[in-house]
Amino acid sequence: MPDLLLELFSEEIPARMQAKAADDLRRMVTDRLVAEGLVYEGAKAFATPRRLALTVHGIPVRQSDLKEERRGPRVGGPDAAIAGFLKATGLASIDEAKIQRDPKKGDFYIALIEKPGRATLDVLADMLPVIVRTFPWPKSMRWGQRSAKPGALSWVRPLHTITATFGLETEEPDIVKFAVDGIEAGQTTYGHRFMAPAAISVRRFEDYEAKLKAAKVVLDPQARKDDILADAKQLAFAQGFELVEDQVLLDEVAGLVEWPVVLMGSFDKEFLSIPGEVIRATIRNNQKCFVVNDPKTGKLTNKFILTANIEASDGGKAIVAGNERVIRARLSDAKFFYETDLKTRLEDRLPKFDNIVFHEKLGSQGERIKRIERLAAEIAPLVGADVEKAKRAAHLAKADLLTEVVGEFPELQGLMGKYYALAQGEDAAVAAACEEHYRPQGPNDRVPTDPVSVAVALADKIDTLVGFWGHDEKPTGSKDPFALRRAALGIIRLLESNNHRVSLVKCIDMAWNFGYAMNDAGIIVQANRFSADLLSFFADRLKIQLRDQGARYDLVDAVFALGGQDDLLMIVRRIEALGKFLDTDDGKNLLAGTKRASNILAIEEKRDKRIFEGAPNPALYSLAEEKVLADAIDLLKVEASVAVMNEDFESAMSAMAKLRPAVDAFFDKVKVNDDDPLVRENRLKLLNEIRAATRAVADFSKIQD
Amino acid sequence: MDFLPAHMRPERSFQGLILTLQRYWADYGCVILQPYDMEVGAGTFHPATTLRALGPKRWNAAYVQPSRRPKDGRYGENPNRLQHYYQFQVILKPSPPDIQELYLRSLAAIGVDSHLHDIRFVEDDWESPTLGAWGLGWECWCDGMEVSQFTYFQQVAGVECAPVAGELTYGLERLAMYVQGVDRVYDLNFNGRDGAERVTYGDVFLQAEQEYSRHNFEFSDTAMLFEQFKMAEEACKKYLAAGWRDGGNRREHLMALPAYDQCIKASHVFNLLDARGVISVTERQSYIMRVRELAKACGEAWVHTEAGGAA
Repeated sequence: MPDLLLELFSEEIPARMQAKAADDLRRMVTDRLVAEGLVYEGAKAFATPRRLALTVHGIPVRQSDLKEERRGPRVGGPDAAIAGFLKATGLASIDEAKIQRDPKKGDFYIALIEKPGRATLDVLADMLPVIVRTFPWPKSMRWGQRSAKPGALSWVRPLHTITATFGLETEEPDIVKFAVDGIEAGQTTYGHRFMAPAAISVRRFEDYEAKLKAAKVVLDPQARKDDILADAKQLAFAQGFELVEDQVLLDEVAGLVEWPVVLMGSFDKEFLSIPGEVIRATIRNNQKCFVVNDPKTGKLTNKFILTANIEASDGGKAIVAGNERVIRARLSDAKFFYETDLKTRLEDRLPKFDNIVFHEKLGSQGERIKRIERLAAEIAPLVGADVEKAKRAAHLAKADLLTEVVGEFPELQGLMGKYYALAQGEDAAVAAACEEHYRPQGPNDRVPTDPVSVAVALADKIDTLVGFWGHDEKPTGSKDPFALRRAALGIIRLLESNNHRVSLVKCIDMAWNFGYAMNDAGIIVQANRFSADLLSFFADRLKIQLRDQGARYDLVDAVFALGGQDDLLMIVRRIEALGKFLDTDDGKNLLAGTKRASNILAIEEKRDKRIFEGAPNPALYSLAEEKVLADAIDLLKVEASVAVMNEDFESAMSAMAKLRPAVDAFFDKVKVNDDDPLVRENRLKLLNEIRAATRAVADFSKIQD
Repeated sequence: MDFLPAHMRPERSFQGLILTLQRYWADYGCVILQPYDMEVGAGTFHPATTLRALGPKRWNAAYVQPSRRPKDGRYGENPNRLQHYYQFQVILKPSPPDIQELYLRSLAAIGVDSHLHDIRFVEDDWESPTLGAWGLGWECWCDGMEVSQFTYFQQVAGVECAPVAGELTYGLERLAMYVQGVDRVYDLNFNGRDGAERVTYGDVFLQAEQEYSRHNFEFSDTAMLFEQFKMAEEACKKYLAAGWRDGGNRREHLMALPAYDQCIKASHVFNLLDARGVISVTERQSYIMRVRELAKACGEAWVHTEAGGAA
């Protein structure tokens, strides 16, 4: 079956848009083909800086014919109905319709409509221009003379030619005939902008890809990436160094060249006095070059690797020299920034923060820093940190935001704070906290362990959450501009992986009272207005974290439903123990028994319009199973509450396990709805006791089966 | 280029580079204008770009524009940063289909050989909040150095461009540093001569950089500047209101250019105030909005003038 080749050749497409655009092109064309009843065998899309290309192979030559019977009006029906039927079916006269006999309801007309399948070439000619016109570029533009008129084509950058052929391997393919805004589809494309700019005539994908290669264009982005990576590693290795790999940079660089040529340059060794991260940021962000490590020292060496787009006539000497000059100028700037920064102590930068708005409702950065300082001092003892060090670290942690280096490279915030803190002789824990208090940045980021870092990290995140929550600036849907979800998850991970016991409600109250409680009108607003809501936000984050770890996130609700749960470490421990318990036979059966008790109670409470609470009367037990169950419950209450008090959830679960045989036997032998109303009431109260006793551990009714 | 005397060659003379570009674009058919006689932050502010980009009429122009960025002053101590520098600006409306080739040939004209150097078009979308303008395009890189900005204007002064104009902006000092092989802007050979006859960029501008940095950061009269901003804003509005022929029906405008001068003025005064750090973050936004309102009103007036395409 024939294949389609489509190429959209334009001026330079932004690197970051290429991969998605190739994917969109494949999806739009193949979806449309399938919708037209044309099932294909395979499709692949490609992108370079100047073209999007698509091959779809194994498409049928034509659509299948369609036959359809359509029922019309009854024979002898009104003229208007018959006229409408003819119009709808395209029949010339009513004689062309069949008559269907129906002795009960009367005879009626039937039209046989045959819709012959169209040639795929024609279907393509109709659908491709629509796809070009509706292509979902993140940003698109108009250009040239035609942009004077409304309805002009919009593309990511000016579109120059369209290649579209359809045909079999063995034959000369057809051109799919269509035009978009004056650009007619054909079979002519162009090679590399500088090395092979001449027109190329192509037939189908195989010769297209090969001819492009001959014209110095590597069509497949993955092949360009592989080439760049292999050559870069080789160049570094040949000099006894190793490439610092960088996937994001590699993706971008591969989107900036059609014919990658990897070259190595160097810079003055004196620049190695700048922190490696600053050198890397300078060379990577501004020049899109890779940096190189010296395996002997484990640090950067004075080399960089660039990816040019041409094989230059001098072998690349001028290109390397040019890049070296630019990188020298950039590193001079960076060195100047770094050395300038070192001249000012971090604390001397703080007054400026009073004039910087953090958020219109949350005051200045200066106020924020003061709040975090106070909060960190309160949290420090809870996490085993030295109070003075925590205060000092919180005092300095944001100061690097006003340094020149961070102004230039915002992604170095925190790290520069650490360097500058060490340079001015701060305690190592204080310096580390300047960097680490931003962590963890996401579910896979490292969690700080040094208590000073933990204290400041908690204070920073709690202050942010409380501030935004208290001012009703919560995340909605996909919108979370202040990364509050990340902050809450960070708090969970900080507490959990460091085994710290902290009451969240207490922290929320403290954070609120330190900076926000008094509103503009001078009225004190209590944190309890929103703290339950914020707590349930934590519960949601915890669920998502557990789900991502493959754990039973439904248990979060069962634990939070107990009320008064705001110690995340204990919540997590309890959930772990509960999860293990529910994996055992005892756990499963007890859960079933408890649910059965709850269900019976719900039905009977509804029927009697009352609840069955209070202690059962032992005098009314008539069966051994009742007595055994009552004793087991009493024992469980004592054992479980002692275990929970000792935070020994494993033992609490063992105690629960002992309840299971008594519950099973009870349901086996005892009829709850006894004829004697007093006995019935007593047994229902006993069921309620099961429910109450298991609440020592969790609300079993919230657990999904 | 062999017929050029040595002192005129772009690779050794700053003015030679400028003259070569002018010659190149004159040969293409551009009108070669002289710099606008007011302080502006970029060549785009010249009415030959901002206003002429609007409306249906063909317009091809090229000119050098001295550009002032008060905040970028470094007292002459930084090798690359200047508060006053030159841009070479080309505006082609409608954007011709071969505009990228035209640009590359202009680089060849000043000695940048595209078989020897690595020339790249790297995404850089342009937006001017003060001009109410945006466009898509690239930074043009030569061996990793940004030497030009390339923009297809989509909207200027709040008005959709129809047709779209292509704008090329060459950073002349950078380009000259590149072709002359100089690392410090003040070391550029300005007149292409040797020995005692040689005049450097530093000879011409170093003192100015020092004096203006002092002025921009320390001594500019902010009380006066605040007043000037208000006056320019009011004058702009006044001229715009008075410029409509027949008052009410707003069909034809007779004073778009003088009004736009006041908009330029307000913009530069704002930049001076900003450099002095006397405008807070929140105020800053509102000043930008005020200039944009002026620019938009000027654009609206311009499309009702003859050159702006009013019938």
